[in-house]
Amino acid sequence: MADINTINKDFADLFNQGNELLLEGSSDVMNETRKNAFQDFSKLGIPTRANENYKYTNLIPAFDHPYNVNLRYQNVDVDLNEIFQCDVPELDTNMVLLTNGWYYGNNKELTELPKGVIVCGVQEAAEKYPEIFNAHYGKYAKTDEDGVVALNTALAKDGFFIYVPKGVVIEKPIQVVNLLRSDRDLMATQRNLIVVEENAQAKIIVCDHTLTHHKYLTNSVTEVNVARNAIFDLYTLQNQHLNSVILNSTFIRQESNSNVLSNTISLYGGTIRNNHHVILDEEHCENNTFGMYLMDRDQHVDNFTSIDHAKPNCLSNEHFKGVMDDQASGAFAGRIFVRRDAQQTQAYQSNNNLLLSNDAVINTKPQLVIDADDVKCSHGATVGQMDEDALFYLRARGIDEKEARQMLMFAFAHEIIEKIRVEPLKERIDELVDKRLRGEISKCNTCAIACNH
Amino acid sequence: MAKEEQDKILNEVTESEYKYGFVTDIENDDIGKGLNEDIIRMISAKKKEPKFMLDFRLKAYRHWKTMKMPEWAYLDIPEIDYQDIIYYSTPKQKAKLESMDDVDPEIRATFDKLGIPLDEQKILANVAVDVVMDSSSVKTTFKEALAEKGIIFCSFSEAVQDHPDLIQEYMGTVVPIQDNFFAALNSAVFSDGSFVYIPKGVRCPMELSTYFRINAENTGQFERTLIVCEEESYVSYLEGCTAPMRDENQLHAAIVEIIVKDNSEVKYSTVQNWYPGDKNGKGGIYNFVTKRGICEGVNSKLMWAQVETGSAVTWKYPSTILKGDGSSSEFYSVAVTNNHQQADTGTKMIHIGNNTKSTIISKGISAGKSNNSYRGLVKVAKNCEGARNFSQCDSLLLGDKCGAHTFPYLEIGNQSAKVEHEATTSKIGEDQIFYCNQRGINTEDAIGLIVNGYAKEVINKMPMEFAVEAQKLLQISLEGSVG
Repeated sequence: MADINTINKDFADLFNQGNELLLEGSSDVMNETRKNAFQDFSKLGIPTRANENYKYTNLIPAFDHPYNVNLRYQNVDVDLNEIFQCDVPELDTNMVLLTNGWYYGNNKELTELPKGVIVCGVQEAAEKYPEIFNAHYGKYAKTDEDGVVALNTALAKDGFFIYVPKGVVIEKPIQVVNLLRSDRDLMATQRNLIVVEENAQAKIIVCDHTLTHHKYLTNSVTEVNVARNAIFDLYTLQNQHLNSVILNSTFIRQESNSNVLSNTISLYGGTIRNNHHVILDEEHCENNTFGMYLMDRDQHVDNFTSIDHAKPNCLSNEHFKGVMDDQASGAFAGRIFVRRDAQQTQAYQSNNNLLLSNDAVINTKPQLVIDADDVKCSHGATVGQMDEDALFYLRARGIDEKEARQMLMFAFAHEIIEKIRVEPLKERIDELVDKRLRGEISKCNTCAIACNH
Repeated sequence: MAKEEQDKILNEVTESEYKYGFVTDIENDDIGKGLNEDIIRMISAKKKEPKFMLDFRLKAYRHWKTMKMPEWAYLDIPEIDYQDIIYYSTPKQKAKLESMDDVDPEIRATFDKLGIPLDEQKILANVAVDVVMDSSSVKTTFKEALAEKGIIFCSFSEAVQDHPDLIQEYMGTVVPIQDNFFAALNSAVFSDGSFVYIPKGVRCPMELSTYFRINAENTGQFERTLIVCEEESYVSYLEGCTAPMRDENQLHAAIVEIIVKDNSEVKYSTVQNWYPGDKNGKGGIYNFVTKRGICEGVNSKLMWAQVETGSAVTWKYPSTILKGDGSSSEFYSVAVTNNHQQADTGTKMIHIGNNTKSTIISKGISAGKSNNSYRGLVKVAKNCEGARNFSQCDSLLLGDKCGAHTFPYLEIGNQSAKVEHEATTSKIGEDQIFYCNQRGINTEDAIGLIVNGYAKEVINKMPMEFAVEAQKLLQISLEGSVG
């Protein structure tokens, strides 16, 4: 097994040798950010378990693999619009596809979007809308704290860009589907930017899919800025295969009176690490961060979150729930910061876990760092099994044990699902989770290429 | 209530000076600053230790040299020059003293000021006190009464001389020298401490207590306590500390090891009130302590109760390894920080045996510009069936310049485990103060009342004499003359 220094050196070589390709097609701002990020990466490297923030996730096996890296857009030989169909019948969305981290070249035009809304690739946005792009790109994702984010910024070429102008309300959710399709093992770097202006409203659904069985590593960073009075929902649905690695970092900045809801649902994936950082940068913000993970076999999920109350009078709610079976391992870290003078803060955090087998492991770190006195903060974490009384109640009513257990598990998970504010999606995820808990491998698409994993 | 008035009261409450600050003028016998193998050999020679002790110290020192001071704690510690510390200092003593009158009047005066009953009162109070003044044991009392039952309660150095087999068997088994930076340092240079041995089936008839006291300037105190409780026995041990006012930071790195065998029970209570530094954060003790007990036998029990009000920096995590089936452990803590004090304290509960139980109740109170963190670990090993833990960590904030932080770690590897953690952070409610005001209790009393009520759950777990002292300390730390 390669050691961490070899891996870091490989990335440095990749950056130096591929420098020309990296700079090509990217705007000056992107390349400037790239340069600084690479310096940070040289200092930080890929985080190891010695790093407190990665204590429970070992990334060395994830990175220790000869991946291919595409530093330029590769044409796709088939029409992905044909192959991929989201099978949520009632889910009427504005759908765009990304392939291996790149904005798909043959996306259908989104005709139903209100005027002024921009949905395109990051490279395109940097060129066509520099004013918007440059004001936000690289401003929220901190490269000096996490080597994974620094690596993403150093290698980032493309991703999706969504801009919702002032006062525009998008009724239909925008659905972004990240497809991984390659004939070789692949590392994809994806960089996204979402800008929601004042009084605007938008819902975005991001789905991750693998279309072939190859080993994938996705390192994706999403920056979001939500301006005053805006309402924004971000749903992330992770459904890949056992041989994939997902590193997903989201950085959300909120301005005054904004309301953000994010819900990250991890259904399937070999190793999943979600970094979720929120900063409530002005007063009277509301943030809801929810997540659910259902893991079995030897999958690993690590949700690492931080909610930063930088200004007074904000409210945050965080709730993560997980069900762990077989040899699955999971981790949750939640850190609530209340800065000095961020008075009248209300921050709640909770993490509940069900362990179904003796080989499953869960590590949880719910943390509070509070520097203001007039606050209401609480956190709680539980790890346990199903309520025997509830089980007995169901058994007494003629429901067999297996069914009863499933009902209880489903009820456990439903608390997170019901927070989804898009009705058809909620129903569909309900169904998916139900299937998933029954042990059936759920596919949320009817794609032609079904993987065997 | 007017905001200014509340602020004024809070200020008064939080600005009281350390009451126990004074320096006893006793001749010290020290060996000069610095740390190297020769110093360690000298310490060992001065204490006339057998060879195994010297080997233990040297091994620890060699390991310590390879280690770095840990930085993960939520503490801001100025760099410590370990070569600028005197590692051994003992009050000069001529011959062994038999009666109380022979004790140095200076020392006696010191303890009188502290209110320690080192005379007949003690007999009435039924407390055996093994006083550690700086590094050497000055006087051990009640030894005979305890000896009758077969209990050994003496200073660590005496135990090394008189019971080398027991020391050799148990020392370093719970906190190995490689454990952490400060444990290694202590193992290399520890000066003295206490040793308790409770034989099989014996219930210790009285509460054992030791007063530690840092005295000589620039002397790090490195005590080491070892408690061994054989099967079906019981002991309650009290540890209390006060230190005189000093400007230079003093380093304190102690080790406590507790071994609890089948069906026995140990209660370990601490009141820590070392000099916390002045209002501007100058001076104060650095307190880096490794305390760990192992519930080795079935149904064994270990309880930690602590009131932490002193020290400029506290870095302390009394832990329990629950190895025996059915063993249980409880941790009760009140940590108060004021002015520029910093505390990073908590506990570790390692569940290994089946049906083990642990309870953690931690109350943090921060005032002034202080930072108070709870850091705790609950670990359930893979093959540990039926583990149960409940943790509650509450923080109370007095003033808007202080911080209260919670860093719990829950590592669960078995499905039958039931683990709960909850924490809240709040300030004293204006409605609570209003309620008291309405009933004729003035605001200053009300704050005292609320703080004491808040800490009651923990203080109640302490032995009577200690509970009284602990309450006094809380008042001194926070309430000053307000009472």
